[in-house]
Amino acid sequence: MSEQHGNRIYLTVWFWLLALTAVEVFLAYKHLPVHTMLVLLMSLSLVKAALIIAYFMHLRFEKSSLAWTLMPPLVICIVLMIAFSFPDGLRLFDMRKG
Amino acid sequence: MASQATAWEGGSAPYAVPSKKLGMWLFIISDALTFSALLVAYSYSRIANPKWPTPFEMYPAVTFSTIMTFCLLSSSVTMVLAVSAAHRGERGAAVKWILATMAGGLAFVILHANEWLHLIHSGVTPFHNPWGAPLFGATFFTLTGLHMTHVVSGVIYLGIVATGFGRGRFESMDVEVSGLYWHFVDLVWMFIFPLVYLMSVHMG
Repeated sequence: MSEQHGNRIYLTVWFWLLALTAVEVFLAYKHLPVHTMLVLLMSLSLVKAALIIAYFMHLRFEKSSLAWTLMPPLVICIVLMIAFSFPDGLRLFDMRKG
Repeated sequence: MASQATAWEGGSAPYAVPSKKLGMWLFIISDALTFSALLVAYSYSRIANPKWPTPFEMYPAVTFSTIMTFCLLSSSVTMVLAVSAAHRGERGAAVKWILATMAGGLAFVILHANEWLHLIHSGVTPFHNPWGAPLFGATFFTLTGLHMTHVVSGVIYLGIVATGFGRGRFESMDVEVSGLYWHFVDLVWMFIFPLVYLMSVHMG
């Protein structure tokens, strides 16, 4: 339970979340190429998501069986959605462009 | 523990969490997949359309959505502080932190509604917009609309929990479970904000 670690860790996590958000906004301001932007923004957002899940949602301090039950199915489903739809989206893009 | 019941008799808790908390986690996973599907639909439409609109200027749209991100992130911190105050048995402090969380959520909703009105006044409807691919409006309003619905229901949920916990009808676990929901709403925004706003900053 949360008594074991103080509130200080939450403020540290909050600071990092804000810092990563600032980096993201700075990247948008710099107008980088769209593919570079996508990779950088998604990597940063995954780090932010992991911080929120691990510390704010406390999953790091639960029994590990909970995380192993919840997270792999979620990740697999999302990867499947992306793997099925994005190649098709790119195919349509090429057809429409030409 | 009255007796050493076997796992099949319901005697052990394989996840070592109360059933309320496990229930909320299962809801969060299914809701996460709903949002993933909408984000993938948005990204699919965007990839497939060479003329996808990128209407957001650094000011006002990106500036305001950054402030909205700040509101949600900060409300997550006040929520964890509420949960730890609740577990320490400090009911007054917990209610105060939950109210601060609700204020952050309300600020988010007001700013986001303002952003919607701005887009609607520029002529964006679900199936038409002045800039390009007509699906922009449909995917944008569905995605951000469902998220805003979650924030509004979250504020109402927290209001109920704050009232109940303040009067001693709810226990600290109820505060923790409502906190899980609130962090999830924050988490979803961490993907909507870069994909919808930062990837669509107006060029030139």
